[in-house]
Amino acid sequence: MGMTITEKIITAHTDRENVKPGEIVECKIDLALANDITAPLSIETFEKSGATRVFDPAKIALVPDHFAPNKDIHSAIQCQMMREFAYKHNLELYFEIGRMGIEHALLPEQGLVLPGDVVIGADSHTCTYGALGAFSTGVGSTDLAAAWITGRIWFKVPGSLKFVYSGKLKPWVSGKDLILYTIGQIGVDGARYCAMEFTGETVEQLSMDDRFTMANMAIEAGAKNGIFVPDEITEEYVKARARRDYTLYDSDRDAEYEEVYEFDVSDLEPQVALPHLPENVNPVSEIPEIRIDQVVIGSCTNGRLSDLRVAAEVLKGKKVDRRVRCIIIPATQNIYKEALEEGLIETFIDAQAIVSTPTCGPCLGGHMGILAPGERAVATTNRNFKGRMGHPSSEVYLASPAVAAASAILGKIGSPEEL
Amino acid sequence: MKLKGKVWKFGSDVDTDAIIPARYLTTTNPDELAKHCMEDADPDFPNKVKPGDIIVAEKNFGCGSSREHAPIAIKASGVSCVIAHSFARIFYRNAFNMGLPILECPDAVSVTETGDELEVNLDTGEIINLTKNKRFKAIPIPPFMQELIQAGGLIPYVMKNLGGDS
Repeated sequence: MGMTITEKIITAHTDRENVKPGEIVECKIDLALANDITAPLSIETFEKSGATRVFDPAKIALVPDHFAPNKDIHSAIQCQMMREFAYKHNLELYFEIGRMGIEHALLPEQGLVLPGDVVIGADSHTCTYGALGAFSTGVGSTDLAAAWITGRIWFKVPGSLKFVYSGKLKPWVSGKDLILYTIGQIGVDGARYCAMEFTGETVEQLSMDDRFTMANMAIEAGAKNGIFVPDEITEEYVKARARRDYTLYDSDRDAEYEEVYEFDVSDLEPQVALPHLPENVNPVSEIPEIRIDQVVIGSCTNGRLSDLRVAAEVLKGKKVDRRVRCIIIPATQNIYKEALEEGLIETFIDAQAIVSTPTCGPCLGGHMGILAPGERAVATTNRNFKGRMGHPSSEVYLASPAVAAASAILGKIGSPEEL
Repeated sequence: MKLKGKVWKFGSDVDTDAIIPARYLTTTNPDELAKHCMEDADPDFPNKVKPGDIIVAEKNFGCGSSREHAPIAIKASGVSCVIAHSFARIFYRNAFNMGLPILECPDAVSVTETGDELEVNLDTGEIINLTKNKRFKAIPIPPFMQELIQAGGLIPYVMKNLGGDS
């Protein structure tokens, strides 16, 4: 019996010759990450455990990105705790402000996650790295603390769901629209406990940025991980960044899938997820007139350079509606700098959008753009749960950078076609 | 171990932002987190929940973020146990690691309403709805998870396997 890419990567990190879905296995890990919200709990657990050393100071990444730059005294204390732990244990992968970026954009950009890796993170969007052909998944702070001690973690091997996309995408349709459409089809628990394997001629043409966006939102369908079989596009991204060896895995032809979904996406329009679940997905043309108060373009889902390029293409020479606040957040310092060099930042400022230093801030209702009662936002982020971006009566509509930028100009939800 | 408590019933896809909104994640203090437990699902919940009460929910309870603050807030609010049709996977692991008992039992969920009184035997998985006079059996906890519970949780299990003295 053949194995899927997920099963092969897991097997390679155990002392076994194969694994089957449902089996409990203990895996070696290549990287363990945490942020300023989840690391404090891991640190408390680590210190209470009696452990004195981490398993490998080169394999623990700490990224203060959620409430950083520190939004208040409490979050400053959480960041301080993380910083002191990093210095005490000589952690090489601690990213201070100025080097920091949104963790799931930063670590691949820095070549710290590579194809074939097993990565865990105390952040649910750790599944992003599946775009590189790695097995990566989110865990809680206690699981992470245990992995800091042992360099290992237990997993139930997930069954795999195969998604096959065919057809050429229409203009303004992106990886974000593919993943929103997919979640709309299978629901927010449609891939619960499973691996989502994204395949087919459509995704073979997608850029790495679009693949990161898709793998990122696998958790929004309840998945354990999202994954792409690496190809030339992956290799081109990775070879410029890798400072260690990596392994490219693929799925066997006779690998077993719990389900195969085939989607012809030739006619797919830009998609929008309405409040308050990512599965409430509609084509943008079917959305009635909905006035908006804020637009956020950024996050671990859509804060990469190509996302900013699309936003700039839409905003160029236009102005954000006077009733809308448009907040654009490059996900890392490098992306920020490249956007500056390409003139994208100037385009944003001329359009009367604001540009922020990298932070997760508004995505989780932390800071840098919190919604008042009843306000509505179009966001390129990943969750539109009740109260996610501010007051419990506010609303979040999830969309691509193209739709978000167009909506900022229109003052209502709409697509670039309407400009 | 037997638990007895009054039910608070919730629907499907209760996310971790509803269980403990991110705006309160500037602390890890359980009592502080408990003050806002389930606030965005039911703003009055932190005031009306009593020690020993039981949360019953439909499918995919705890979906969304990996924040362990979610089971911490529920446990610190006095809730003795969560019974759901199904749980999101990260929440499921976190609840075990935090020592919050959770059981999957679709049949019990479908007949149970807010205000019902339940008796739960955590060792056998038996759930009795005393109000409706009905008995149910929860889906058994996987053997590996039982091993973790017997070891006193993940960290004691890990330290024991390392030969540590914790």
